Amino acid sequence: MNDDLWLLLVIISCGLATFALRLSFIVGGAQFKPSRRMQAILGYVPPAVLSALIAPEILVRHGHIVFGLDNPRLLAGAVAVAVAFFTRSVLATIACGLLALWAVQQLF
Amino acid sequence: MSDGGARWAHLEGANWRQELAGGVRMELPILLGVVPFGLVYGVLGLQAGLPAWSVIAMSSLLFAGSSQVVFAQLWGAQVPAAVIGGTVGVVNLRHMLYSASVAQFLTGLPLRWKMVLAYLLTDEAYAAAIGRLTLGPASPMRHWFLFGTGFTLWFGWQLSTVAGVLIGATIPSAWALDFSIALTFIALLVPALRRRSEFVAAAVAASVALLAQGMPHKLWIMAAALAGMLAGMACRRFDASKHA
Repeated sequence: MNDDLWLLLVIISCGLATFALRLSFIVGGAQFKPSRRMQAILGYVPPAVLSALIAPEILVRHGHIVFGLDNPRLLAGAVAVAVAFFTRSVLATIACGLLALWAVQQLF
Repeated sequence: MSDGGARWAHLEGANWRQELAGGVRMELPILLGVVPFGLVYGVLGLQAGLPAWSVIAMSSLLFAGSSQVVFAQLWGAQVPAAVIGGTVGVVNLRHMLYSASVAQFLTGLPLRWKMVLAYLLTDEAYAAAIGRLTLGPASPMRHWFLFGTGFTLWFGWQLSTVAGVLIGATIPSAWALDFSIALTFIALLVPALRRRSEFVAAAVAASVALLAQGMPHKLWIMAAALAGMLAGMACRRFDASKHA
């Protein structure tokens, strides 16, 4: 098979699988009335998934956990958390986090 | 705290345009973090050896940033297609959690609406809309809010991907633009932490994500998410009551 066509087919397959995951409960759950308990569990989806995605981005460098002042992303991440907490502003959090990372990278 | 239902009181009785505008306004600042990530993805895709058309096409056909980066890396490493598909599927398993979380707000909608909203259901669109869906008024037009966050993100992602393919290589790597996606998630996470049990859920999920990094095919994402959700649930009784 032509290489480009094969690549396109693999991308489409991955796209359909991802679409199916996103569609699963929205369509399949037409009869899915979550119990109070299930609703409570689903309430923890945002904090659990977001922090699961954040932690390795900040703390894992080249396959190792770097938990110390020699990790610029840890310092910049701490600045971002503080800014997010006090301002609740998405723009300020992202901007200050990037500026902090650049500043720390300059210093070390 | 200030993120309670009062924040969404202005959407009481809102029409579709007001809900749509609310979603777009909620998502726009998030693009500051997503656009740099789109640029980075464009560069990584080309570096991995993918043709430019496929890097751009993936952003609409797959439309899931971190799994697109994984796809490019694995394709560049000549990993068999079945393994690529499996890994992309596992990376995106968390979208089932989002699907389960929003399903209860979309039950009455026609199938075409459900398909559009499912296609647009990304980390950033979900996280930006879930506060309004759970805490705001139960208006029949609230799906327009989710469409607003989803479509805004989709549009920004497409543009930034194309820009990444065209000019991304001229961006110095010292700018560390890949860090922008972690910052975006921080900006979405921190204001959403209100109860003690939510802090526990976040802390446990972060810890498991770090400890389980060795799991194959990025299974650590789901392991960490489920552990965090169960830990939050288990600690629910330590939450301050609403009258406190």
